[in-house]
Amino acid sequence: MKLDQVARSLLLKEFVSGFVLAMKYFFKPKATINYPFEMGHRGPRFRGEHALRRYPNGEERCIACKLCEAICPAQAITIEAGPRRNDGTRRTTRYDIDMVKCIYCGMCQEACPVDAIVEGPNFEFSVETREELLYDKEKLLANGDRWEREIARNIATDAPYR
Amino acid sequence: MTKILVDGTEVDVPADYTLLQACEVAGAEIPRFCFHERLSIAGNCRMCLVELKGAPKPVASCAYAVKDCRPGPNGEPPEVLTRSGLTKKAREGVMEFLLINHPLDCPICDQGGHCDLQDQAMAYGVDSTRYHENKRAVEEKYIGPLVRTAMNRCIHCTRCVRFLAEVAGVPDLGAIGRGEDMEITSYLEQAMGSELQGNVADLCPVGALVHKPQSYNVRPWELHKTESVDVMDAVGSAIRVDARGREVMQIEPRISEEINEEWISDKTRHVVDGLRLQRLDRPFLRENGRLRPASWGEAFSAIAAKMKGADPKRVGALVGDLAGVEEIFALKQLMGSLGVTNLDARQTGEALDPAWGRAAYTFGPTIPGIERADAILLVGTNPRTEASLLNVRIRKRWRMAPLAVGLILDEQPDLTYPYTYLGAGTDTLTSLGKGEHSFFEILQKAEHPLIIVGEGALGVPGALAAAAALAKEVGAVAEGWNGFGVLQTAAARVGALDLGFVPGEGGLTFSQMLEPGALDVVFNLGADERAIPPGAFVIYQGTHGDAGASRADVILPGAAYTEKSATYVNLEGRVQMTNRAGFPPGDAREDWAILRALSDILGKRLPYDSLGGLRKALYAAHPHLAAVGSVEPSDMAALETLAALPGRSEKAAFASPVADFYLTNPIARSSRVLAECSGLARGRALEAAE
Repeated sequence: MKLDQVARSLLLKEFVSGFVLAMKYFFKPKATINYPFEMGHRGPRFRGEHALRRYPNGEERCIACKLCEAICPAQAITIEAGPRRNDGTRRTTRYDIDMVKCIYCGMCQEACPVDAIVEGPNFEFSVETREELLYDKEKLLANGDRWEREIARNIATDAPYR
Repeated sequence: MTKILVDGTEVDVPADYTLLQACEVAGAEIPRFCFHERLSIAGNCRMCLVELKGAPKPVASCAYAVKDCRPGPNGEPPEVLTRSGLTKKAREGVMEFLLINHPLDCPICDQGGHCDLQDQAMAYGVDSTRYHENKRAVEEKYIGPLVRTAMNRCIHCTRCVRFLAEVAGVPDLGAIGRGEDMEITSYLEQAMGSELQGNVADLCPVGALVHKPQSYNVRPWELHKTESVDVMDAVGSAIRVDARGREVMQIEPRISEEINEEWISDKTRHVVDGLRLQRLDRPFLRENGRLRPASWGEAFSAIAAKMKGADPKRVGALVGDLAGVEEIFALKQLMGSLGVTNLDARQTGEALDPAWGRAAYTFGPTIPGIERADAILLVGTNPRTEASLLNVRIRKRWRMAPLAVGLILDEQPDLTYPYTYLGAGTDTLTSLGKGEHSFFEILQKAEHPLIIVGEGALGVPGALAAAAALAKEVGAVAEGWNGFGVLQTAAARVGALDLGFVPGEGGLTFSQMLEPGALDVVFNLGADERAIPPGAFVIYQGTHGDAGASRADVILPGAAYTEKSATYVNLEGRVQMTNRAGFPPGDAREDWAILRALSDILGKRLPYDSLGGLRKALYAAHPHLAAVGSVEPSDMAALETLAALPGRSEKAAFASPVADFYLTNPIARSSRVLAECSGLARGRALEAAE
């Protein structure tokens, strides 16, 4: 046994250095967050749950051009279109997204000429059955109404970089 | 032939070719909007500009003939440059001008995805705009129930105007104003009065004219395309059936020089919604006077119970207008094995007998042959409603160089070309035959006289023989020219006559079978046009809930022409085949398969289990049906037989069998779009009568 080893064990050097490290992190700000009550940062380009947006006057943006359906690499989007009953403009009669198929690549929002389909900041849409993940137009429009403020802010924030 | 240099390649082309044609011969692609092969040259879009060596500025290649080019100083052939800097700049400039007023609404435009302007802007345009001014706004026009307008998008190529004036023969569209203020209009906001108006939307290179009934429904990239054949009339136009999933979404023409060039009638195109509505999707059985849904087993056992004790002499089989050759063949074999001789497929035109030979019931000169005719006599037919594309051919012939056309019919319809009205019926035909009529001389002097006999004349005893005799008299049938044609109106008719689906030994004809009390059991394969009297037990096999189905005691749901691969023989005798674009709805099955299954139940199993097996048997029995796409030249001896028929003539007027162009068969009668067209046409006719 060497002298320095004896000194180290008698003076509890490892314990002290370990204790110091522990104390250092004890008083440092936490890296984890208290998730359901706190949220981490999400960038403006975050690609979460889909939403169909409306114009400020309440008119739905989607014009049924079917570009999102065409570009979707997972073929998760199904659209049927027709003239709207009251004014004959081009609208979807059906807009379905199979959220199980979706790979959240964001191509649909890139293809959309009117910023109607977007991937919003929401990622908390886990459900108990598969059927609940087959979104229809009503659900998507409701999402849009719920998340419009955040979506609009994100688009505005990201605008200078496009 | 003249030599010309295109991008350094020397080509030898006829002197009357345009530069555009010469460039195509050399393999150079020239963008164009206004130019169309089948229309006159307008030269107003300027997209086809090319550099011509020695010319002070780029020339419009569609309107500049090869013979107008000057040779080089030392006699070199003229030189065209399609890829030079000048040409590129010229195209970019023209494209920029075209796009000044073209709205950026591709996402909501139905033309998006198959738009010439979109494609050519990608290929020949520049990527940015220099214009910030407001775009021109043009009011939408109402031009009928089939074509929707978005006149902001119009680039004034005038293809629609030229089509209606030249091919359709109704000058209903025109252009007013000039320059930026030019507008395509129907002048009085009237619907176009043509049975070919859907084609203007096909011709439109942008989305200014689009098909109204399928507005916004489809994008071209999501459609599954199947090449097929139309059965709305006996012409058998080449069509492309576009389906999405199981559903047929639209029908478009396919290029076929022999038959329809590249036009189709509105009935052919817009019958699509009829394929969805009123469909028979399961078997039905009549119980206590009401039809109730049943299973296939129930339906078959009901038929078997009825057939078991039936006397073959009291059983009959009728074939309608839309049946394919395969099912007619299967039905004939089944009925043959049951000993039934009461067979008939001639809902109209019972005067025709396949025993005389094929020339007696087909359109001898063939459709392209019309272009060789130099005098035409129409006997008891209004080709515009009975076979619109045949009428287009006659008009095309008339536009090449006016020719004498005579008409014998009980009305004087607008055929889109001038004709001499000769009379109403048999009297006129007889006097023509005796050479008393002045038109006889015209026919006799003509090198290629053409006599077209319609079903209006077939209904009158003796008229067919008289027409054949006249044809012989004026030399309509000679070496290399067959100028005698029977104009059928039903797609199934020629095929059925080829198979000999007519009364056998001691059998009853169609009319005789429809006499009250003539039969106990009637097997009706889609014949809806004539009423079956009460008393008989009727088995109806068909696709739509129409007259035939409502009279039936058992309904067997079959497949429509877009849902099966079936052979049809058109009025020329050309064998053609449809292809399956979708599946029949619900429990409905392909018709030959139903008959095969039924034959098993009746204990007379047909000797094939697949369509291939059926076709093998069919081709063994009728070898000419194996030659799909061609017309077998018929033996003209049939005409001699026809002319020599005992002349038992009656005095009667010839009436066209097509009372309403838009509603001639169960599929068309189920279509809402065609019902609307029919209403409009009726209104127009009433207005004209006032």
